[in-house]
Amino acid sequence: MSRFPGVDFVEFDALLTEEQRMVRDTVRAWVEDRVKPIIEECHREERTPLELVPEMGELNFFGSTLSDYGLPGLDNVSYGLIMQELERGDSGLRSFASVQSSLVMYPIHAFGSEEQKARWLPKLATGEAIGCFGLTEPDFGSNPGGMRTTARRTADGWVLDGAKQWITNGTLADVAVVWAKTEDGIRGFLVEKGTPGFTSSDQHGKFSLRASTTSELGFHDCHVPADALLPQSGGLKSPLMCLNQARYGIAWGGLGAAMECYWTALEYAKQRVQFMGQPIAAHQIVQEKLAWMVSEITKGQLLVLQLGRLKDAGRLKHQQISLGKRNNVWVARECARLAREILGANGIVDDYPVIRHMLNIESVFTYEGTHDIHGLIIGEAVTGIPAYNPPRVAEKAGKSKAEA
Amino acid sequence: MKIAVCVKQVPDPEARLRVGADGAWIDEEGVAFVLNESDEYAVEEALRIAERTGGEVIAFGLGPERTREALRKVLALGASRAVLLSDPALLGGDALATGRALAAAIRQEGADLVLTGSASSDLGYAATGSVIAGELGWPHAWLVMGVELAEDRRSVRITREMEGGMNELSAVVLPAVIQVQAGINHPRYASLKGIMAAKKKEIREVAAAELGVDAGRLGRAGSRLETVSVALPVSGREVEWIAGDAAAVAAALVTKLEQEAKVLR
Repeated sequence: MSRFPGVDFVEFDALLTEEQRMVRDTVRAWVEDRVKPIIEECHREERTPLELVPEMGELNFFGSTLSDYGLPGLDNVSYGLIMQELERGDSGLRSFASVQSSLVMYPIHAFGSEEQKARWLPKLATGEAIGCFGLTEPDFGSNPGGMRTTARRTADGWVLDGAKQWITNGTLADVAVVWAKTEDGIRGFLVEKGTPGFTSSDQHGKFSLRASTTSELGFHDCHVPADALLPQSGGLKSPLMCLNQARYGIAWGGLGAAMECYWTALEYAKQRVQFMGQPIAAHQIVQEKLAWMVSEITKGQLLVLQLGRLKDAGRLKHQQISLGKRNNVWVARECARLAREILGANGIVDDYPVIRHMLNIESVFTYEGTHDIHGLIIGEAVTGIPAYNPPRVAEKAGKSKAEA
Repeated sequence: MKIAVCVKQVPDPEARLRVGADGAWIDEEGVAFVLNESDEYAVEEALRIAERTGGEVIAFGLGPERTREALRKVLALGASRAVLLSDPALLGGDALATGRALAAAIRQEGADLVLTGSASSDLGYAATGSVIAGELGWPHAWLVMGVELAEDRRSVRITREMEGGMNELSAVVLPAVIQVQAGINHPRYASLKGIMAAKKKEIREVAAAELGVDAGRLGRAGSRLETVSVALPVSGREVEWIAGDAAAVAAALVTKLEQEAKVLR
């Protein structure tokens, strides 16, 4: 198969700067050369392609929007384009980069002490150290504020107790950014691999993101020193700030998966001949599917570009990120299904990337805020009513009656 | 050590080409232009030599304004600055006029070594490097598979692949022009930091009048070769299926390649 030429129906490229195009083209070429040849095998074998990590570090794929500690200081559109191209390779690979950049380097940069930054950021940037982000718990996903993990202050540090689940890179990580309840509310901690009382194990049996490691973390009377605390973290707002970074990247990433499925289906439809010597691309039903895909991808591109520009201007709101993540991951999910339909039986074997993307996107659809929760965030933004935590009208009414 | 590397921007080899309205070149509308692949090897070789010797790489490009993008890519890969020859009076020339202009720009800048790719993927004359060497009066080698700088830095040892699996080793006195063969190295990717750094690097434009060469010897006016027309190859429809088991198919194929296509002996 030829190399991916990009999806550009409305001269989208003209809206990018020269350097944004160069960033995208570098990551695109790297994905074609390094990821595509090995990714189906990684997916089959349930293996994270760690051999790619040093080169990803060398090319500055980690922490690319930061500008100190020798990092390149890219704008947010460039960051989004990196995520798009990585996810075109594989959602698991994009997850690796998202976690390293947005959920580990970002909080250390935003909430860490100078010592924590100097110790971890350079190593995380090169990929010499791997990080993970522990927020979600077995019983608390969409409602992280209900977390049960606690951190209790001692004479010389903290003691952590609790469990985290669905943690990307958990068992691979040299450092975990862990969120726990303290007497002053939710705070972030850097817990290093090998700390007594800190355990991790992998989640097996996944039919999705198989080229990515997903783990559980356990904290049992886990003592960490006082300087493990991220000093500037405070409240649920801190981890949500991290998630905003990551979710913004996923809005671009979804497009990458959608583009790969669309392009695979398009090339297949032009080659595959069935009736009367005609390629199936000549069929109206197939064309309608391709038209739907390219239309939604194009709308999604314009959407995330605007989100990126708002982010660069410091005006991006979390409900706008929800709109981007929700829409573009849904587009990816639909594109994967349509592409799989066009490929017929070939759509279910890993000779083609479609079934892998289709399975991967199921994870992306519900992680980093489920599709439905993002719908409710948008709903709250337009109605002013938080449906996941509605004002207790009846209770209030009853109370005031009793008081009267 | 100052290394000049000459690069060309060419139509993306994967682009679908159409013949242009004048019949003498492709229709450039909607065609992406990329750094000529063979030049990427020259850039990589230049960067490696510069990194080993603490030298600098200066990229030279002749072509329309869009050539700036190809130069920016070379800067992102690690060259320290670039020279752009996009003056309309320099464009549309054959290898002789183009090489003459590049040689003049290189002479002004000064260089110990000039590297180029083996050929451009669009016109494929493979002659610009030779012309540059001729104009400068420097030694020249083509299809070079290995370049090693001598300890005294006054010559390079080069390896060239000859017919029949033989290698030719020669010492070439500097300054010299070396045209490298594709595959000589693995060209690097531009790092994102490199891309950001490239924004701040200089791309100096040099006008035809600044080259100190008679205008009649540059660009279209200075060319002796004119492309009269271009055409897409006509695709044949003749297909012959060879049936049988693998051994029988292979034997029949070898016979056909020997006797009909005459590509095997």
